[in-house]
Amino acid sequence: MNPVEQAVVWLNDPLNWTNPGGILDRLGEHLSISALAVLLGCLVAWPVGLWLGHTGRGGGAVLLVSNVTLAVPTLALLTILPLTFLGFGRPAVVVALAVFAVPPLLANAYTGVRQADPEARDAARGMGLSGGQLLRRVELPLAVPYLAAGFRTAAVQVVATAALASFVNGGGLGQIIRAGFGLDIAAGGGQIIAGGVLVAGLALLVEGVLALVERAVTPRPLRRARGAANRRVTDATAGA
Amino acid sequence: MSLHLSYRAAPGNPWFSWQYVRDNSDTILAALREHAWLTGRAVLIAALVALPLAVAAYWFRSLSGPILALAGALYTIPSLALFAFLAPYLGIGAVTVLSVVALYALLVIVRNALAGLNQVPPEVREAAEGMGYGRWGRLFRIELPLALPGILTGLRLATVSTVALVTVGVVVGRGGLGQLIFAGFQNNFYKAEIMTGTVLCVLLALVLDLVLAGVGRLLTPWLRRRAA
Repeated sequence: MNPVEQAVVWLNDPLNWTNPGGILDRLGEHLSISALAVLLGCLVAWPVGLWLGHTGRGGGAVLLVSNVTLAVPTLALLTILPLTFLGFGRPAVVVALAVFAVPPLLANAYTGVRQADPEARDAARGMGLSGGQLLRRVELPLAVPYLAAGFRTAAVQVVATAALASFVNGGGLGQIIRAGFGLDIAAGGGQIIAGGVLVAGLALLVEGVLALVERAVTPRPLRRARGAANRRVTDATAGA
Repeated sequence: MSLHLSYRAAPGNPWFSWQYVRDNSDTILAALREHAWLTGRAVLIAALVALPLAVAAYWFRSLSGPILALAGALYTIPSLALFAFLAPYLGIGAVTVLSVVALYALLVIVRNALAGLNQVPPEVREAAEGMGYGRWGRLFRIELPLALPGILTGLRLATVSTVALVTVGVVVGRGGLGQLIFAGFQNNFYKAEIMTGTVLCVLLALVLDLVLAGVGRLLTPWLRRRAA
Protein backbone atom coordinates (compact mmCIF):
# COMPACT_ATOMS: atom_id res chain seq x y z
CA MET A 1 0.00 0.00 0.00
CA ASN A 2 1.33 3.45 -0.79
CA PRO A 3 1.09 6.18 1.86
CA VAL A 4 -2.00 7.80 0.33
CA GLU A 5 -3.94 4.53 0.44
CA GLN A 6 -2.78 4.05 4.02
CA ALA A 7 -4.07 7.55 4.83
CA VAL A 8 -7.48 6.76 3.36
CA VAL A 9 -7.62 3.57 5.40
CA TRP A 10 -6.58 5.43 8.54
CA LEU A 11 -9.23 8.10 8.01
CA ASN A 12 -11.88 5.45 7.42
CA ASP A 13 -11.33 3.79 10.77
CA PRO A 14 -14.11 5.11 13.03
CA LEU A 15 -12.03 4.44 16.16
CA ASN A 16 -9.41 6.90 14.93
CA TRP A 17 -12.15 9.52 15.10
CA THR A 18 -13.85 8.67 18.38
CA ASN A 19 -11.05 7.27 20.55
CA PRO A 20 -9.75 9.43 23.39
CA GLY A 21 -7.09 11.56 21.70
CA GLY A 22 -8.73 10.76 18.36
CA ILE A 23 -9.54 13.19 15.60
CA LEU A 24 -12.64 14.65 17.26
CA ASP A 25 -10.83 15.32 20.54
CA ARG A 26 -7.90 16.88 18.71
CA LEU A 27 -10.20 18.98 16.55
CA GLY A 28 -11.92 20.34 19.65
CA GLU A 29 -8.57 21.19 21.24
CA HIS A 30 -7.34 22.78 18.04
CA LEU A 31 -10.41 24.98 17.67
CA SER A 32 -10.59 26.05 21.31
CA ILE A 33 -6.88 26.92 21.50
CA SER A 34 -7.11 28.86 18.24
CA ALA A 35 -10.28 30.71 19.25
CA LEU A 36 -8.78 31.78 22.58
CA ALA A 37 -5.57 32.90 20.89
CA VAL A 38 -7.39 34.99 18.28
CA LEU A 39 -9.63 36.48 20.98
CA LEU A 40 -6.62 37.43 23.07
CA GLY A 41 -4.90 38.88 20.01
CA CYS A 42 -7.97 41.00 19.18
CA LEU A 43 -8.30 42.27 22.75
CA VAL A 44 -4.70 43.47 22.68
CA ALA A 45 -4.17 44.55 19.08
CA TRP A 46 -7.42 46.24 18.10
CA PRO A 47 -7.62 48.91 20.82
CA VAL A 48 -3.94 49.73 20.37
CA GLY A 49 -4.13 49.74 16.58
CA LEU A 50 -7.28 51.87 16.47
CA TRP A 51 -5.86 54.35 18.95
CA LEU A 52 -2.52 54.62 17.13
CA GLY A 53 -4.37 55.08 13.86
CA HIS A 54 -6.60 57.74 15.41
CA THR A 55 -3.69 59.76 16.75
CA GLY A 56 -1.67 59.08 13.61
CA ARG A 57 1.41 58.18 15.59
CA GLY A 58 3.28 54.94 16.01
CA GLY A 59 3.29 53.81 12.37
CA GLY A 60 6.92 52.84 12.83
CA ALA A 61 6.09 50.83 15.94
CA VAL A 62 3.39 48.89 14.08
CA LEU A 63 5.89 48.03 11.35
CA LEU A 64 8.51 47.07 13.92
CA VAL A 65 6.15 44.67 15.69
CA SER A 66 5.36 42.81 12.49
CA ASN A 67 9.01 42.66 11.44
CA VAL A 68 10.23 41.38 14.79
CA THR A 69 7.55 38.70 15.15
CA LEU A 70 8.35 37.55 11.64
CA ALA A 71 11.87 36.67 12.76
CA VAL A 72 10.91 34.86 15.98
CA PRO A 73 10.36 31.14 15.41
CA THR A 74 7.04 29.81 16.69
CA LEU A 75 8.88 26.86 18.17
CA ALA A 76 10.94 29.21 20.34
CA LEU A 77 7.90 30.89 21.90
CA LEU A 78 6.16 27.56 22.36
CA THR A 79 9.12 26.20 24.29
CA ILE A 80 10.03 29.36 26.21
CA LEU A 81 6.61 30.44 27.49
CA PRO A 82 5.80 27.25 29.48
CA LEU A 83 9.00 27.86 31.45
CA THR A 84 7.91 31.34 32.52
CA PHE A 85 5.25 32.21 35.08
CA LEU A 86 2.58 30.99 32.64
CA GLY A 87 3.43 27.42 33.47
CA PHE A 88 2.89 24.30 31.41
CA GLY A 89 -0.44 23.79 29.74
CA ARG A 90 -2.93 25.67 27.69
CA PRO A 91 -2.31 29.32 28.77
CA ALA A 92 1.27 29.23 27.50
CA VAL A 93 0.22 27.80 24.13
CA VAL A 94 -2.58 30.34 23.75
CA VAL A 95 -0.28 33.26 24.52
CA ALA A 96 2.39 31.97 22.12
CA LEU A 97 -0.15 31.74 19.30
CA ALA A 98 -1.70 35.10 20.17
CA VAL A 99 1.68 36.77 19.71
CA PHE A 100 1.60 35.74 16.05
CA ALA A 101 -2.00 36.93 15.66
CA VAL A 102 -1.11 40.46 16.78
CA PRO A 103 0.81 41.80 13.72
CA PRO A 104 -1.95 41.37 11.10
CA LEU A 105 -4.62 42.60 13.54
CA LEU A 106 -2.56 45.60 14.59
CA ALA A 107 -1.42 46.58 11.09
CA ASN A 108 -4.96 46.40 9.74
CA ALA A 109 -6.57 48.32 12.58
CA TYR A 110 -3.94 51.01 12.12
CA THR A 111 -4.23 51.16 8.32
CA GLY A 112 -8.02 50.97 8.51
CA VAL A 113 -8.26 54.14 10.58
CA ARG A 114 -5.49 55.92 8.69
CA GLN A 115 -7.12 55.39 5.31
CA ALA A 116 -10.47 56.88 6.42
CA ASP A 117 -11.36 59.70 4.05
CA PRO A 118 -9.83 62.91 5.46
CA GLU A 119 -12.86 64.84 4.20
CA ALA A 120 -15.18 62.63 6.25
CA ARG A 121 -12.94 63.28 9.23
CA ASP A 122 -13.01 67.05 8.64
CA ALA A 123 -16.76 67.02 8.22
CA ALA A 124 -17.17 65.12 11.50
CA ARG A 125 -14.90 67.59 13.27
CA GLY A 126 -16.91 70.45 11.76
CA MET A 127 -20.08 68.91 13.16
CA GLY A 128 -18.50 69.18 16.58
CA LEU A 129 -17.60 65.54 17.24
CA SER A 130 -14.96 65.03 19.88
CA GLY A 131 -11.94 62.83 19.26
CA GLY A 132 -13.56 59.78 20.85
CA GLN A 133 -16.82 60.29 18.98
CA LEU A 134 -14.91 60.71 15.73
CA LEU A 135 -13.14 57.40 16.31
CA ARG A 136 -16.33 55.58 17.29
CA ARG A 137 -18.78 56.95 14.76
CA VAL A 138 -16.69 57.72 11.69
CA GLU A 139 -13.30 56.08 11.67
CA LEU A 140 -14.29 52.75 13.21
CA PRO A 141 -17.14 52.02 10.74
CA LEU A 142 -14.91 52.99 7.84
CA ALA A 143 -12.19 50.68 9.14
CA VAL A 144 -14.47 47.63 9.27
CA PRO A 145 -13.28 46.10 5.98
CA TYR A 146 -9.71 46.31 7.20
CA LEU A 147 -10.53 44.91 10.62
CA ALA A 148 -12.33 41.99 8.99
CA ALA A 149 -9.46 41.34 6.59
CA GLY A 150 -6.99 41.42 9.46
CA PHE A 151 -9.16 39.10 11.50
CA ARG A 152 -9.22 36.60 8.67
CA THR A 153 -5.46 36.71 8.15
CA ALA A 154 -4.82 36.35 11.87
CA ALA A 155 -7.32 33.55 12.39
CA VAL A 156 -6.05 31.50 9.46
CA GLN A 157 -2.50 31.97 10.64
CA VAL A 158 -3.32 30.95 14.20
CA VAL A 159 -5.17 27.84 13.04
CA ALA A 160 -2.15 26.95 10.91
CA THR A 161 0.38 27.65 13.66
CA ALA A 162 -1.66 25.78 16.28
CA ALA A 163 -0.51 22.59 14.57
CA LEU A 164 2.95 23.32 15.97
CA ALA A 165 1.63 23.19 19.54
CA SER A 166 2.09 19.44 19.22
CA PHE A 167 5.86 19.94 19.58
CA VAL A 168 5.30 20.78 23.23
CA ASN A 169 2.40 18.37 23.65
CA GLY A 170 -0.04 21.26 23.54
CA GLY A 171 -2.77 19.29 21.82
CA GLY A 172 -4.51 20.01 18.54
CA LEU A 173 -4.54 18.19 15.23
CA GLY A 174 -0.77 18.46 14.94
CA GLN A 175 -0.53 15.70 17.54
CA ILE A 176 -1.77 13.23 14.93
CA ILE A 177 1.09 14.15 12.59
CA ARG A 178 3.63 14.04 15.42
CA ALA A 179 2.37 10.64 16.54
CA GLY A 180 2.75 9.42 12.97
CA PHE A 181 6.35 10.63 12.85
CA GLY A 182 6.85 8.88 16.17
CA LEU A 183 6.13 5.61 14.41
CA ASP A 184 8.32 4.56 11.54
CA ILE A 185 7.71 6.38 8.25
CA ALA A 186 6.71 3.06 6.67
CA ALA A 187 4.20 2.33 9.45
CA GLY A 188 3.09 5.90 10.19
CA GLY A 189 3.14 7.35 6.67
CA GLY A 190 -0.62 6.98 6.30
CA GLN A 191 -1.30 8.64 9.63
CA ILE A 192 1.13 11.45 8.84
CA ILE A 193 -0.59 12.23 5.55
CA ALA A 194 -4.05 11.88 7.12
CA GLY A 195 -3.04 14.38 9.81
CA GLY A 196 -1.69 16.71 7.15
CA VAL A 197 -4.98 16.51 5.25
CA LEU A 198 -6.92 17.33 8.41
CA VAL A 199 -4.70 20.30 9.35
CA ALA A 200 -4.61 21.71 5.83
CA GLY A 201 -8.33 21.13 5.36
CA LEU A 202 -9.16 22.96 8.55
CA ALA A 203 -6.99 25.93 7.56
CA LEU A 204 -8.59 26.16 4.11
CA LEU A 205 -12.07 25.78 5.62
CA VAL A 206 -11.48 28.58 8.13
CA GLU A 207 -10.11 30.75 5.33
CA GLY A 208 -13.22 30.12 3.23
CA VAL A 209 -15.73 30.66 6.03
CA LEU A 210 -14.05 33.86 7.20
CA ALA A 211 -13.96 35.16 3.63
CA LEU A 212 -17.76 34.87 3.63
CA VAL A 213 -17.98 36.51 7.07
CA GLU A 214 -15.72 39.29 5.88
CA ARG A 215 -18.01 39.90 2.93
CA ALA A 216 -21.10 39.84 5.14
CA VAL A 217 -19.85 42.39 7.66
CA THR A 218 -18.53 44.78 5.02
CA PRO A 219 -21.22 47.33 4.14
CA ARG A 220 -22.06 47.29 0.45
CA PRO A 221 -20.58 50.69 -0.43
CA LEU A 222 -17.27 49.65 1.11
CA ARG A 223 -17.03 46.35 -0.74
CA ARG A 224 -15.11 47.87 -3.59
CA ALA A 225 -12.43 48.96 -1.15
CA ARG A 226 -12.20 45.43 0.17
CA GLY A 227 -10.01 44.11 -2.62
CA ALA A 228 -7.60 46.97 -2.09
CA ALA A 229 -7.66 46.35 1.65
CA ASN A 230 -6.82 42.69 1.17
CA ARG A 231 -3.96 43.52 -1.11
CA ARG A 232 -2.53 46.01 1.35
CA VAL A 233 -2.98 43.48 4.13
CA THR A 234 -0.97 40.86 2.31
CA ASP A 235 1.70 43.47 1.65
CA ALA A 236 1.79 44.41 5.31
CA THR A 237 1.94 40.88 6.62
CA ALA A 238 3.44 39.01 3.70
CA GLY A 239 5.54 36.11 4.77
CA ALA A 240 3.87 35.86 8.11
CA MET B 1 17.29 39.26 33.60
CA SER B 2 14.10 37.31 33.16
CA LEU B 3 15.08 35.18 36.10
CA HIS B 4 12.29 36.78 38.07
CA LEU B 5 9.81 35.40 35.59
CA SER B 6 11.11 31.89 35.80
CA TYR B 7 8.71 29.11 36.60
CA ARG B 8 10.90 27.68 39.31
CA ALA B 9 13.58 30.06 40.41
CA ALA B 10 16.25 27.46 39.82
CA PRO B 11 19.69 29.05 40.15
CA GLY B 12 21.20 26.10 38.29
CA ASN B 13 19.10 26.70 35.18
CA PRO B 14 19.53 30.30 33.99
CA TRP B 15 18.16 31.59 30.68
CA PHE B 16 21.53 32.96 29.61
CA SER B 17 24.74 31.12 30.26
CA TRP B 18 28.19 31.69 28.74
CA GLN B 19 29.24 28.49 30.35
CA TYR B 20 26.81 26.61 28.14
CA VAL B 21 27.87 28.46 25.00
CA ARG B 22 31.58 27.83 25.68
CA ASP B 23 31.13 24.17 26.50
CA ASN B 24 28.93 23.44 23.51
CA SER B 25 30.35 25.75 20.88
CA ASP B 26 30.82 22.85 18.42
CA THR B 27 27.18 21.79 18.57
CA ILE B 28 25.98 25.37 18.41
CA LEU B 29 28.15 26.25 15.42
CA ALA B 30 27.12 23.09 13.60
CA ALA B 31 23.45 23.95 14.15
CA LEU B 32 24.02 27.53 13.04
CA ARG B 33 25.87 26.38 9.93
CA GLU B 34 23.13 23.95 9.02
CA HIS B 35 20.49 26.62 9.58
CA ALA B 36 22.29 29.17 7.40
CA TRP B 37 22.97 26.56 4.73
CA LEU B 38 19.33 25.46 4.58
CA THR B 39 18.12 29.07 4.49
CA GLY B 40 20.58 30.11 1.79
CA ARG B 41 19.84 27.11 -0.42
CA ALA B 42 16.10 27.46 0.00
CA VAL B 43 15.99 31.17 -0.85
CA LEU B 44 18.33 30.69 -3.82
CA ILE B 45 16.25 27.85 -5.27
CA ALA B 46 13.04 29.76 -4.58
CA ALA B 47 14.35 32.89 -6.31
CA LEU B 48 15.52 30.92 -9.37
CA VAL B 49 12.03 29.46 -9.79
CA ALA B 50 10.05 32.49 -8.67
CA LEU B 51 11.53 35.12 -10.98
CA PRO B 52 10.70 33.32 -14.24
CA LEU B 53 7.21 32.65 -12.85
CA ALA B 54 6.75 36.32 -12.01
CA VAL B 55 7.95 37.35 -15.48
CA ALA B 56 5.58 34.84 -17.09
CA ALA B 57 2.70 36.22 -15.03
CA TYR B 58 3.74 39.74 -16.03
CA TRP B 59 3.93 38.99 -19.74
CA PHE B 60 0.82 36.87 -19.96
CA ARG B 61 -1.90 38.61 -17.96
CA SER B 62 -4.16 35.57 -18.08
CA LEU B 63 -1.54 33.60 -16.10
CA SER B 64 -1.22 36.09 -13.26
CA GLY B 65 -4.66 35.36 -11.78
CA PRO B 66 -4.17 31.58 -11.50
CA ILE B 67 -0.55 31.90 -10.31
CA LEU B 68 -1.48 34.34 -7.53
CA ALA B 69 -4.55 32.31 -6.52
CA LEU B 70 -2.52 29.11 -6.34
CA ALA B 71 0.19 30.88 -4.35
CA GLY B 72 -2.42 32.23 -1.93
CA ALA B 73 -4.04 28.83 -1.41
CA LEU B 74 -0.67 27.11 -0.92
CA TYR B 75 0.32 29.79 1.54
CA THR B 76 -2.73 28.96 3.66
CA ILE B 77 -1.55 25.37 4.11
CA PRO B 78 0.24 25.04 7.47
CA SER B 79 3.92 24.17 7.33
CA LEU B 80 3.48 21.06 9.45
CA ALA B 81 0.90 19.74 6.97
CA LEU B 82 3.30 20.34 4.11
CA PHE B 83 5.97 18.40 5.99
CA ALA B 84 3.40 15.66 6.46
CA PHE B 85 2.64 15.51 2.74
CA LEU B 86 6.26 15.46 1.60
CA ALA B 87 8.03 13.43 4.29
CA PRO B 88 6.59 10.01 3.33
CA TYR B 89 7.94 10.52 -0.21
CA LEU B 90 11.14 12.52 0.32
CA GLY B 91 12.10 10.73 3.52
CA ILE B 92 13.43 11.99 6.82
CA GLY B 93 16.14 14.50 6.09
CA ALA B 94 17.37 17.79 4.75
CA VAL B 95 15.69 17.41 1.33
CA THR B 96 12.23 17.53 2.92
CA VAL B 97 13.06 20.63 4.96
CA LEU B 98 14.58 22.30 1.93
CA SER B 99 11.53 21.58 -0.24
CA VAL B 100 9.03 22.88 2.30
CA VAL B 101 10.81 26.12 3.16
CA ALA B 102 11.71 26.78 -0.48
CA LEU B 103 8.05 26.44 -1.43
CA TYR B 104 6.95 29.11 1.07
CA ALA B 105 9.82 31.41 0.06
CA LEU B 106 8.81 30.93 -3.56
CA LEU B 107 5.28 32.19 -2.89
CA VAL B 108 6.51 35.33 -1.14
CA ILE B 109 9.03 36.15 -3.87
CA VAL B 110 6.57 35.60 -6.73
CA ARG B 111 4.02 37.90 -5.14
CA ASN B 112 6.46 40.73 -4.49
CA ALA B 113 8.35 40.41 -7.77
CA LEU B 114 5.09 40.58 -9.70
CA ALA B 115 4.03 43.63 -7.71
CA GLY B 116 7.41 45.21 -8.51
CA LEU B 117 7.07 44.49 -12.23
CA ASN B 118 3.54 45.84 -12.29
CA GLN B 119 4.77 49.10 -10.81
CA VAL B 120 6.88 49.89 -13.89
CA PRO B 121 5.20 53.00 -15.33
CA PRO B 122 3.55 52.42 -18.72
CA GLU B 123 5.24 55.55 -20.12
CA VAL B 124 8.64 54.03 -19.41
CA ARG B 125 7.62 50.84 -21.15
CA GLU B 126 6.38 52.74 -24.17
CA ALA B 127 9.50 54.86 -24.30
CA ALA B 128 11.64 51.72 -24.25
CA GLU B 129 9.57 50.25 -27.03
CA GLY B 130 9.96 53.46 -29.02
CA MET B 131 13.73 53.24 -28.60
CA GLY B 132 13.63 49.85 -30.29
CA TYR B 133 13.98 47.51 -27.34
CA GLY B 134 12.62 44.03 -27.93
CA ARG B 135 10.77 42.05 -25.32
CA TRP B 136 13.89 40.51 -23.75
CA GLY B 137 16.00 43.64 -23.96
CA ARG B 138 13.26 45.63 -22.33
CA LEU B 139 12.92 43.02 -19.60
CA PHE B 140 16.61 42.90 -18.67
CA ARG B 141 17.58 46.55 -19.22
CA ILE B 142 14.40 48.36 -18.15
CA GLU B 143 11.74 46.37 -16.36
CA LEU B 144 13.75 44.10 -14.05
CA PRO B 145 16.00 46.94 -12.83
CA LEU B 146 12.93 49.07 -12.11
CA ALA B 147 11.27 46.14 -10.34
CA LEU B 148 14.35 45.57 -8.17
CA PRO B 149 12.91 47.24 -5.05
CA GLY B 150 9.89 44.90 -5.16
CA ILE B 151 12.05 41.85 -5.84
CA LEU B 152 14.38 42.74 -2.98
CA THR B 153 11.46 43.25 -0.61
CA GLY B 154 10.30 39.77 -1.56
CA LEU B 155 13.76 38.32 -1.03
CA ARG B 156 14.09 39.95 2.38
CA LEU B 157 10.65 38.82 3.58
CA ALA B 158 11.31 35.34 2.23
CA THR B 159 14.71 35.14 3.93
CA VAL B 160 13.49 36.30 7.32
CA SER B 161 10.48 34.01 7.33
CA THR B 162 12.57 31.11 6.05
CA VAL B 163 14.97 31.46 8.96
CA ALA B 164 12.01 31.14 11.33
CA LEU B 165 10.43 28.33 9.33
CA VAL B 166 13.51 26.09 9.19
CA THR B 167 13.03 25.43 12.91
CA VAL B 168 9.89 23.44 12.10
CA GLY B 169 12.27 20.98 10.44
CA VAL B 170 12.80 19.37 13.86
CA VAL B 171 9.85 17.21 12.91
CA VAL B 172 12.19 15.38 10.52
CA GLY B 173 15.26 15.89 12.67
CA ARG B 174 16.86 18.63 10.55
CA GLY B 175 15.76 21.88 12.09
CA GLY B 176 19.13 23.63 12.36
CA LEU B 177 18.91 25.89 15.38
CA GLY B 178 15.41 24.53 15.97
CA GLN B 179 17.14 21.30 16.90
CA LEU B 180 18.87 23.18 19.71
CA ILE B 181 15.62 24.74 20.93
CA PHE B 182 13.77 21.46 20.86
CA ALA B 183 16.59 19.49 22.48
CA GLY B 184 16.72 22.08 25.24
CA PHE B 185 13.02 21.61 25.87
CA GLN B 186 13.38 17.84 26.01
CA ASN B 187 16.59 17.93 28.08
CA ASN B 188 14.73 18.70 31.25
CA PHE B 189 13.98 22.24 30.09
CA TYR B 190 17.57 23.39 29.66
CA LYS B 191 16.80 27.11 29.42
CA ALA B 192 20.25 28.24 28.26
CA GLU B 193 20.08 25.88 25.28
CA ILE B 194 16.60 27.06 24.28
CA MET B 195 17.54 30.71 24.63
CA THR B 196 20.81 30.34 22.72
CA GLY B 197 18.98 28.72 19.81
CA THR B 198 16.31 31.42 19.82
CA VAL B 199 18.71 34.35 20.02
CA LEU B 200 20.92 32.96 17.25
CA CYS B 201 17.84 32.42 15.09
CA VAL B 202 16.70 36.02 15.47
CA LEU B 203 20.25 37.30 14.96
CA LEU B 204 20.69 35.21 11.81
CA ALA B 205 17.46 36.64 10.40
CA LEU B 206 18.55 40.16 11.30
CA VAL B 207 22.04 39.78 9.77
CA LEU B 208 20.74 38.25 6.54
CA ASP B 209 18.09 40.99 6.31
CA LEU B 210 20.72 43.71 6.76
CA VAL B 211 23.00 42.08 4.16
CA LEU B 212 20.17 41.96 1.63
CA ALA B 213 19.21 45.55 2.44
CA GLY B 214 22.84 46.56 1.83
CA VAL B 215 22.95 44.69 -1.47
CA GLY B 216 19.70 46.40 -2.41
CA ARG B 217 21.21 49.82 -1.73
CA LEU B 218 24.22 49.00 -3.87
CA LEU B 219 22.07 47.72 -6.72
CA THR B 220 19.69 50.68 -6.80
CA PRO B 221 21.90 53.79 -6.57
CA TRP B 222 19.25 55.88 -8.34
CA LEU B 223 16.85 55.53 -5.41
CA ARG B 224 19.48 56.85 -3.00
CA ARG B 225 20.16 59.88 -5.19
CA ARG B 226 16.48 60.68 -5.31
CA ALA B 227 16.15 60.42 -1.54
CA ALA B 228 19.14 62.67 -0.93
